[in-house]
Amino acid sequence: MRTLLLALRNLLRNGRRSLMTLLAMVIGAVTILLFGGYSRNITYGLQTGYVHRSGHLQIQHKDYFLYGTGNPAAFGIAHYLRVIEVVSRDPVLAPMLRVVTPTLSLGGIAGNFAASVSRTVVGTGVVVESQNRMLQWNDYHLPFEFRPAALSGTPQDAVVVGTGVARVLQLCESLAVANCRQPVTARSDGPQMPPDIAALASDAKPASATGAGEPRIELLAANVHGAPNVASLRVVKAVNQGFKEFDDIYVGMHLAQAQRLLYGTDPPQATAVILQLAHTSQIPAARARLQDLLATTLKDEPLEIQDFETLNPFYGQAINMFAAIFGFMALLIGAIVLFTVGNTMSMAVVERTTEIGTLRAVGLRRSGVRRLFVCEGALLGLIGALLGVALALGVAWLVNHSGLTWLPPGQVDPTPLTVRVWGETRLIVGAAAGLLFVAVLSAWWPARRAARMNIVDALRHV
Amino acid sequence: MQPVVLSRVSKTYHLDAVDVPALVDVDLEIRPNCFTVISGPSGSGKSTLLNMIGCIDQPDRGEVFVAGQTVRKLSDDALSDFRARHIGFIFQNFNLLPVLTVFENVEYPMLLSRVPRSERRRRVQSLLEAVGLADRARHTPGQLSGGQRQRVAIARALAPEPSFVLADEPTANLDTQTGAAIIELMRRMQRERQVSFIFSSHDPKVLAAADDAVMIRDGRIERVERRSEATA
Repeated sequence: MRTLLLALRNLLRNGRRSLMTLLAMVIGAVTILLFGGYSRNITYGLQTGYVHRSGHLQIQHKDYFLYGTGNPAAFGIAHYLRVIEVVSRDPVLAPMLRVVTPTLSLGGIAGNFAASVSRTVVGTGVVVESQNRMLQWNDYHLPFEFRPAALSGTPQDAVVVGTGVARVLQLCESLAVANCRQPVTARSDGPQMPPDIAALASDAKPASATGAGEPRIELLAANVHGAPNVASLRVVKAVNQGFKEFDDIYVGMHLAQAQRLLYGTDPPQATAVILQLAHTSQIPAARARLQDLLATTLKDEPLEIQDFETLNPFYGQAINMFAAIFGFMALLIGAIVLFTVGNTMSMAVVERTTEIGTLRAVGLRRSGVRRLFVCEGALLGLIGALLGVALALGVAWLVNHSGLTWLPPGQVDPTPLTVRVWGETRLIVGAAAGLLFVAVLSAWWPARRAARMNIVDALRHV
Repeated sequence: MQPVVLSRVSKTYHLDAVDVPALVDVDLEIRPNCFTVISGPSGSGKSTLLNMIGCIDQPDRGEVFVAGQTVRKLSDDALSDFRARHIGFIFQNFNLLPVLTVFENVEYPMLLSRVPRSERRRRVQSLLEAVGLADRARHTPGQLSGGQRQRVAIARALAPEPSFVLADEPTANLDTQTGAAIIELMRRMQRERQVSFIFSSHDPKVLAAADDAVMIRDGRIERVERRSEATA
């Protein structure tokens, strides 16, 4: 008889037990797939966040990443415009590129001298139009709404600060920062802005900067010659940056403003050229091509390439953590399925001992008996996996349409809680194949025992 | 057709620390195309002898020749194939596969000996008509009476057209009337299909229907009665 048909009928013979075994497998499959889908979503969410902020790849001055973050003067890219032009026009890279934009990071001291407070900050100069285009990247079709960068449509002297900066600089009220205790009394005995700094700030203040009561800060930084330079800047918004450490030092500004502060009348530089690709999967190809360009056309300047995973170590750590949890969970579920199916098959072997003896007596080989029981295990695995996948897809659909939200690490706004199972072929096939493998493995030992039975003893079994 | 020959066959079972001799130096020739009954009291070695002839057990010593060849040196797979081709089995408890229909139960041994589909269907149909169960082909064993199940078992045993059929106490679980009908059926099938039937039984009615009777006691052949000429 077709082994498969016989195996199927044997499973139906003890419907309740088969059902319970299937249930264990289905729950296992659903758990694996839902958690896998959830962690996949987190991976994509984190990746999207980092790619929005820092692109897929960055071209930096050699050693800038390790040694130069506090020293943009020494590690700036002098000919960054040429770099951008070469990269943008390269026939190999061009089809992969979405955005190529310069950025400039600088360290300085931001002060609200009216309130006699200041703090060290890290300023980031960006091209706002490019930033907005980067923020629209959504390779994984995540359910987020594009919001333009806070600097959009603002004058060149505008800055956006982290809420931590706003809090320390006592700008809460004017920037409507929540959860921000106002100082009991404004100190009047604090040090006044030194006259030379005040003069510099006054010089830097653009003609458009006006408005009584409009929040302003003075940003002091060392220029390329080591001399202090200061800019009086209009704070247009305080935006929570997600991570407190970053939120407490962040000052975002227009690239031109940052360059003026750092380079004055000297030729402006950038600390990195950000490349955002159409797809993350293009990173290896893009990187290889960039390496070629750096070794040939752009060999005059010592440059190197960093990818977003290197630039944002938390990404890799988070992915690895979820991978470890997923692996541990899959291992546990695999063990449960292993013992459940193994137990079911062992009971079937004991119950059908006489039947095994009969089959062997009428001429079925040992391998035939083994095949029969393994086939039953495989069928359990297959049906369990298929039902599990179907149920997981259904539950994922429900979760995705439930309107639930959560706050992912490093983000400020609640994000829709989604579980990405549909379309994750590798996850689905991997989970189903894993369950099938475990089911076959667990049926193997009882099947082997059945095949090795002594025929006479089996026929005598009561 | 070749006789079944046992030459100085011995078999001892080891139960804990006790050795129980089941067969002791058995020499026996079972004629082909005969209705042979192996009879003796309980524990005399009937079933062990039948198991040796059926190639589902191996002697400790001696040789068993079935269908003209010694089976001792055959591998397990070869023995399985040999049984599928040459030997039909009828069990005391019928031992039908409960998940298969009557038709499929009869067809099953032919699948093992790779009989073509059309031939399988023809034989199953013919055998079910012969045992009077053609109208129950789609039933499962659970839907049949004991007598009907044993008829299916007879059809199954004959399906691969074996050299001989072994039946271990085939009427033990049937009432007297049904048992007699089964004996009659087997006798008829044996004559019509020119196949040897070898029974173990201590039922006098079975004994009375036999061509040859082999009396066994304490693992030794007591006597062999040849009551009629073989039919071929």
